[in-house]
Amino acid sequence: MEVFKIMGTDDTPAVTLDAANNIFEISGRSLPEDVNAFYKPIISWIDKYNMAPNAKTIFNFKLVYFNTASSKMLLDVLMKLEDLFKAGKDITVRWQYPDDDEDMKEAGEEYADIVDVPFEQIAIS
Amino acid sequence: MGTNEKRDVRGFLEFVYEFYKSMKEHEITLVYEGEITHQITKAFTSLTESNMAKEEESNMVQKKVFHVMVECLQNISKHADDYGANDYLFSGRGIFMVSKGKDEYSVTTGNAIEHTRMPELKRMLEQVNSLDKDELTELYKKQIKEGRLSDKGGAGLGFIDIKRKTGRNLEYHFLPINDNSSFFLLTSTISRNA
Repeated sequence: MEVFKIMGTDDTPAVTLDAANNIFEISGRSLPEDVNAFYKPIISWIDKYNMAPNAKTIFNFKLVYFNTASSKMLLDVLMKLEDLFKAGKDITVRWQYPDDDEDMKEAGEEYADIVDVPFEQIAIS
Repeated sequence: MGTNEKRDVRGFLEFVYEFYKSMKEHEITLVYEGEITHQITKAFTSLTESNMAKEEESNMVQKKVFHVMVECLQNISKHADDYGANDYLFSGRGIFMVSKGKDEYSVTTGNAIEHTRMPELKRMLEQVNSLDKDELTELYKKQIKEGRLSDKGGAGLGFIDIKRKTGRNLEYHFLPINDNSSFFLLTSTISRNA
């Protein structure tokens, strides 16, 4: 499967989706001008990946900031990972947040409540 | 003729000076009037960020101010378009201000809205202001789930987020412009001692 990789900017996160090397990560800041246009290809990629996933998938979120418009799209991404879990696959969401950022920690807890998928929270300094 | 021009220039200079003094008095660090675009949002947030960093504001306060600015600016950029009137004064524009006091930052936005939109806006703001922290979390979760289904679906998510991040009620006023529209002012306050 083709590697999906984009560099992060001031207002868009860095994204790596690489099935061959088992790397799945969204990191940085998310406040794109057009959230739908930004997240649509990511969601389509996961859709395709879900048809033939790796034996074990760890999906990393390392966000330092996202706006409310992005929060809905992130939920869409998580729902795709939930699909994988519901299909009986080994999938873990790893939510990494800055250790001094209570809000980002809470955001992870809230997503963990909404979606049915194994969720790990890790504070990073 | 020449005398008149001189008087006008003088009047303008006095206005600028009064305006400057008034900004100082209200501790306004940023004021903008015009169209709010994504580029403007980026410029203002990075400007405010670098100012706060220079003044060694805590990380938490910086993040909260950033959050509030983005949501407020996006509210205007998304909704100012809805204002259909061909009124050169108000169509598609707004005012945006940041002020910094001893104990808090304030972010104020103002834009014209049609009266037909007022009841819904008031209802959302009253609801957000009436809820406590846990209730807001529940409402937030409900709204992102539902908002997912439609592109519009903002449904007050920005307001919810602002109150959750600041822990303060949103202050708002509607000043009548004419029979069909009002000027909507919204102020969010972020404590510097967070």
